[in-house]
Amino acid sequence: MSKKVAVYRKEHFNAAHRLNNPDWDAATNTKVFGKCNNANYHGHNYELVVKVVGIPDEKTGYVIDLKLLSDLIEENVLKRFDHKNLNLDTAEFATLNPSAENIAIVIYDILRARLQDSFELQVRLYETERNFVEYPVHL
Amino acid sequence: MVYLTRVEHFNAAHKLFNPNWSVEKNEQVFGLCANENWHGHNFELYVTIKGETDPDTGFLYDVKKFSKIIQEHAVKKLDHKNLNMDVPFLTGMMCSTEVLAKAIWEQIEPHLPEGVQLHCVKLYETPRIYVEYFGG
Repeated sequence: MSKKVAVYRKEHFNAAHRLNNPDWDAATNTKVFGKCNNANYHGHNYELVVKVVGIPDEKTGYVIDLKLLSDLIEENVLKRFDHKNLNLDTAEFATLNPSAENIAIVIYDILRARLQDSFELQVRLYETERNFVEYPVHL
Repeated sequence: MVYLTRVEHFNAAHKLFNPNWSVEKNEQVFGLCANENWHGHNFELYVTIKGETDPDTGFLYDVKKFSKIIQEHAVKKLDHKNLNMDVPFLTGMMCSTEVLAKAIWEQIEPHLPEGVQLHCVKLYETPRIYVEYFGG
């Protein structure tokens, strides 16, 4: 029987953004994105839950040292996005719409590249208390 | 005397920036919050009124009417907006949570009927930071 365990780290950041497709005219953007299209941006407190799955190490009992995971998120995700305008201040969303879905995918890709392949990884991102997304969905 | 609280929420962009100061001084005082291109929050708004209950209805105030006042005069003007740029009642003001709470009080208070007193505007900027304003 597999002794896989899931461990989680919660973090948070806040940022401004807007949803806008530059290939569409203003009327279409307003129709599709509504208030989220506001030209002068709006913002959120994002809550991020990072899930790492693995087999606890025999010597430490850890799947992953959560301090290391916390540092990894702080260094590579929070410093990049916290108190930023996602559309204007980040390379990741210079052309990609910063929807919660896309933000979750971007964060996953950032962390995936920095974690051992043996770990499974999933990201859950709350845009508000009531709106949240998960990526990837296979776990 | 009873107290009744309605909870609403809105999200918005803002920055903390004093135009009378240099960029360096703003960054020194406001840190990350001075980011030129804004950042944002999910604000949670608690508005509390107080008074006596009506013997016929058992109500201090009709909560639907109360909600409509908050929606009409505060939330609709703030939700999905840039507080520094898009909100007429904040023009020329610093967009701190303290100032915002007081400004929301000023927006709501004149619309309450006689016998219903505004007691507190409590505003969460994040789940860990909030301010309370009791008027005066």
